[in-house]
Amino acid sequence: MKKRWYDYLWIASALYLILGFFNILFAWLGLLCFFLPLIISITTGSKAYCNRYCGRGQLFALLGGRFGLSRQHDIPRWMKSKWFRCGFLLFFLVMFGQMLVNTALVFSGARDLGQAVTLLWTFKLPWHWAYHGGVSPWIAQFAFGFYSVMLTSTVLGLVTMALFKPRSWCVYCPMGTMTQLICRAEYRPERKKTAC
Amino acid sequence: MGNGKRLARVDREHCVACGCCVKVCPKGAIGVVRGVFARVEEALCVGCGKCAKACPASVIEVEVAKQ
Ligand code: SF4
Ligand code: SF4
Ligand code: SF4
Repeated sequence: MKKRWYDYLWIASALYLILGFFNILFAWLGLLCFFLPLIISITTGSKAYCNRYCGRGQLFALLGGRFGLSRQHDIPRWMKSKWFRCGFLLFFLVMFGQMLVNTALVFSGARDLGQAVTLLWTFKLPWHWAYHGGVSPWIAQFAFGFYSVMLTSTVLGLVTMALFKPRSWCVYCPMGTMTQLICRAEYRPERKKTAC
Repeated sequence: MGNGKRLARVDREHCVACGCCVKVCPKGAIGVVRGVFARVEEALCVGCGKCAKACPASVIEVEVAKQ
């Protein structure tokens, strides 16, 4: 199978995590991984983002496959149930909302900038070296918050990669679930090509 | 020994439409339909099982086709 340019997007995903270690403001780029899948699924009614472009999925496939860091076991049934997938999506969205509220509080001056990355919504990791000032505090706060989301999902993905199949993160990835829900809503079983 | 053709079969209900199967199929026999589920093109599938091995949700079985 011939490699296309988009088969190398895992490099971008890896680079993203690395850059955020040195300068947290790069975290803003992560918004691409948030909006692109949504825009693609809404406009084209497909999961082309997951199927082709997602660098994170490729990274897990590479580490778990080529590098053999996966047990290659079946994922437990409950993890592919609608309940778990939608529940995790909901949890993720609530956490995302909380991050936005936090950013707003810093914007309004009600809270000071917290220069930490929160792993698994619980553990605060010192990350102050990655902030060099020069922007409004809320911009930095959002960056810390967004990077926390990205790092947390990477860690979860790595754990399930090791335990189950390489890309088991894709079973419960909130973006994957969300785009599939959008596609399902747009899906018409019979190919009745009615003009629209 | 049955000499029925071996085919991949997808449990559409639990398919997450990630497309991992599409990437590994040597025959281009499997595709994701409108971002909802994967579908096997039975005429092209050779039953090699690569898709089943890659599927993170383990929703593909390779079976001997009926008839
Ligand atoms: S499910 Fe998530 S990680 Fe997997 S390909 Fe889609 S967006 Fe990427
Ligand atoms: S790899 Fe499995 S879950 Fe993903 S699209 Fe193919 S059949 Fe569906
Ligand atoms: S069994 Fe082999 S040929 Fe058939 S769809 Fe799966 S990967 Fe393709």
